[in-house]
Amino acid sequence: MIDLTVNDQPLSFDGDPSMPLLWYLRDEAGLTGTKFGCGMAMCGACTVHMDGVPVRACVMPVAAAQGKKVTTIEGIGATPAGQAVQQAWLNLDVVQCGYCQSGQIMSATALLMQHVAPSDADIDAAMAGNVCRCATYVRIRAAIHEASTTLGKEEAS
Amino acid sequence: MKISEVSLSRRRFVMSAGVLVIGAYLPGKGAGANAVGHTTAAADNAFAPNAFVQIGEDGIVTVLSKHTEVGQGAYTGMATLVAEELDADWAQMRVLAAPVDIAVYKNLAFGFQGTGGSSSVANAYQQMRRMGAMARVMLVQAAASLWRVPAQEITVSQGRIRHAASGREGGFGQFAALATRVPAPDLTTVVLKDPANFTLIGRQNGLHRVDSLAKTNGTAQFSEDIHEPDMLTVTISKSPRFGGKVRAFDASEALAIPGVVAVKQIDTGVAVYGKNTWAALQGRNKLKVDWDDAQSEMRSSEQIFAEFRQVSQKSGVIAANRGTPDEAFKNADKVIEAEYIFPYVAHAPMEPLVGYLFWDGSEVKARYGCQIQSLDHKQLCDLFQLPPEKVQIETILAGGSFGRRIDLGNPILGPDLAADMAAAAKAIGPGHGTKVVWTREDDIRNGWYRPMILHRLRAAIRDGKVTAWTDTVVGHSWAVDSAMAALVVANGLDQMMVEGASEIPYSFEHFRCDAHIVPGKVPTSSLRSVASTHTGHAVESFIDQLLNETGQDPVEGRLALMGNAPREAGVLRAVAKAANWQGAGVVEGRARGVGVAKAFGTYVAQIAEVSLGEGGIPRVHKVWCAVDCGLVVNPDVVRAQIEGGIGYGLGIALYSSITLQDGLVEQSNFHNYRPLRIDEMPQIEVVIVPSSENPTGVGELGVPVIAPAVGNALVQLGRPRTSLNLPLYRPNPNL
Repeated sequence: MIDLTVNDQPLSFDGDPSMPLLWYLRDEAGLTGTKFGCGMAMCGACTVHMDGVPVRACVMPVAAAQGKKVTTIEGIGATPAGQAVQQAWLNLDVVQCGYCQSGQIMSATALLMQHVAPSDADIDAAMAGNVCRCATYVRIRAAIHEASTTLGKEEAS
Repeated sequence: MKISEVSLSRRRFVMSAGVLVIGAYLPGKGAGANAVGHTTAAADNAFAPNAFVQIGEDGIVTVLSKHTEVGQGAYTGMATLVAEELDADWAQMRVLAAPVDIAVYKNLAFGFQGTGGSSSVANAYQQMRRMGAMARVMLVQAAASLWRVPAQEITVSQGRIRHAASGREGGFGQFAALATRVPAPDLTTVVLKDPANFTLIGRQNGLHRVDSLAKTNGTAQFSEDIHEPDMLTVTISKSPRFGGKVRAFDASEALAIPGVVAVKQIDTGVAVYGKNTWAALQGRNKLKVDWDDAQSEMRSSEQIFAEFRQVSQKSGVIAANRGTPDEAFKNADKVIEAEYIFPYVAHAPMEPLVGYLFWDGSEVKARYGCQIQSLDHKQLCDLFQLPPEKVQIETILAGGSFGRRIDLGNPILGPDLAADMAAAAKAIGPGHGTKVVWTREDDIRNGWYRPMILHRLRAAIRDGKVTAWTDTVVGHSWAVDSAMAALVVANGLDQMMVEGASEIPYSFEHFRCDAHIVPGKVPTSSLRSVASTHTGHAVESFIDQLLNETGQDPVEGRLALMGNAPREAGVLRAVAKAANWQGAGVVEGRARGVGVAKAFGTYVAQIAEVSLGEGGIPRVHKVWCAVDCGLVVNPDVVRAQIEGGIGYGLGIALYSSITLQDGLVEQSNFHNYRPLRIDEMPQIEVVIVPSSENPTGVGELGVPVIAPAVGNALVQLGRPRTSLNLPLYRPNPNL
């Protein structure tokens, strides 16, 4: 039996412990906001936070989440950084097909949790693992800067 | 349920319980309707003035989009057109996908129901405005009768209906029930706004995409996200070589995986049925299949190119001919030749192909990101041998397409998603919901690529001027043998192979474009911008070479040849101005290249600023793009499509190549089929050239000229012209 916390909800799973966290979240926990894109940690569509650190859920066995706090796109809006990122995404209409955007938002939020004011180089380093085939990268970058500004103002006030 | 009843039952529409509903509309009961969890049935007295617009008593206006949302902003576009003439408030607009009803929801550019060719806003521009205007007339009439005032004294603005003289006003919802009893006006008599009075069409700011919220908080439902009770998830093992057949298979280890419930040989391979995705994936990994390659493509890419090259020496079917080019070559001072080759390219949308289908033995309900409803519907009817009214398709959001979700249903080259869904459902028998999932490896290896293509170009130069231009296009045709053949292939010529090459912006005294269709066993399809994925690069690279040979500036030289191409000249001037073009040359290690094209009625010009990065990988710093797409409906969507199209096209230009070695695809996932990433994305400046011409599309228009713009800059940085085959970056130049 694996016990984990997902978006502040305690959950347990008694299935195959080698099942990737991605498929546990999507098929067992019913949280489909986290996406499948490649299955080998090459695209970032499956990015979730585990104890605040971004991980690729497609290559992480659910057993590795034992005792951990997992946050997904469905829960990230409860954090100030997640809220700022989602709002910036709306303000700039970042999305196109939208399929990769959960992962983009999770990676962007993790970045802003670490660096409130990331440089373009910081953004490149943190976001290069997240593929967007619609190539919304120009707006992803702008939205991260906008969210950073929002968070900076919140901190100052 | 008959199709006509489907149309009637639109009055019982689905609408939002929450903020935004992005989903699909499927009338009646069943697997489809139940699953759109965040929608609820509306009251009977909701107002549905036509098949495209529904207004609930809560004032919510729901537009049924006949176009699939694949990321290009079609839902936002349809809503804008309706809301403009309805004088709705943008916040009250919602969009759902229309059901399959070809007579009602056909693409007016195609004559069938489907999305593609950058045609959504262009074909629906007048039609959707009329639908909005019609609804407005009926709401006003309802208000006039309730208030007992003349209709012409009533005004509508931002979702409020007002009678100034009596001081009365109300929202749309208050009149919805009454409006259902107002006789519908004759659509041809409905007066549309003068564009000068538009308040939403063309608005620069504040008109956010209707699908932004759901795609930002994880609630948007894609095909991959479908979960139904007792649903089986299906993976399909397909031949590693195109054309291969199952000789035998051993499922014993696959069936030993917990959660694997069945393994069946189907028309399209061997299907593994799992209680969840993980079981279906593991089961397929354990499956042993012996493939019969008697009919398979066994060649390597180089051998296919060698065939193309041989064919290119002969004259093909004439696509366009002016003057006497052969005479001009005889009289030339100099003849310049070039060859450009283009590999297979996989579209690789972020969401691989997925589809859910329920067959109860007498009816089929499918739910997925369907792009060409007419073709898929016909395929499913044929495969299940059911009449049209027994097959329903509920279209939902698609996680990208770039052409991949156009299921050509090509009987010669094999099955695609619709056939997979049908085969999987039929093999397990009626009463099971089945979700066929493709992995990234399936997406990269299962074909339906942009065809391999070769362009052989020749130009005659006399007295320092180009007198003749010929272009022989050789390659596979994705259209031949497909359901699209009648639309684009005639007399041995595939128009979708030569668009952008048979008509070019430059006027030469002698001109010829001819083409050869070479059959192949690799399934091919259209990639975003279609022929322009190769004609744009071939034509714009060659003209740049000719201008260079004759000592002319890339911008001024092009303009001088554009006497018959005023809109191409317009975008080129606009982009040169935006980029402050100072001529060719290298400044601080950077050079700028130019490209111009027309595709799908839209004109684009780009200038790319490029340097050579680590390992010789071209580094694109900035791209300026001017676009003339007629009257602009959603300026921010246009900018987004150009930005994204440039990024998509740049990824293809730099890296995208599917290669065969002894018939086996050498790539499999994003580690060896390299996508463009954020650290490689250039800055982009989009200039929209003002125009009052009818709107044309932009979904595909970022793509055509980014490759030549980058390539033409690379030449200035020292790369030989002969090295500009796509992709521009090749770790192994022999491939």
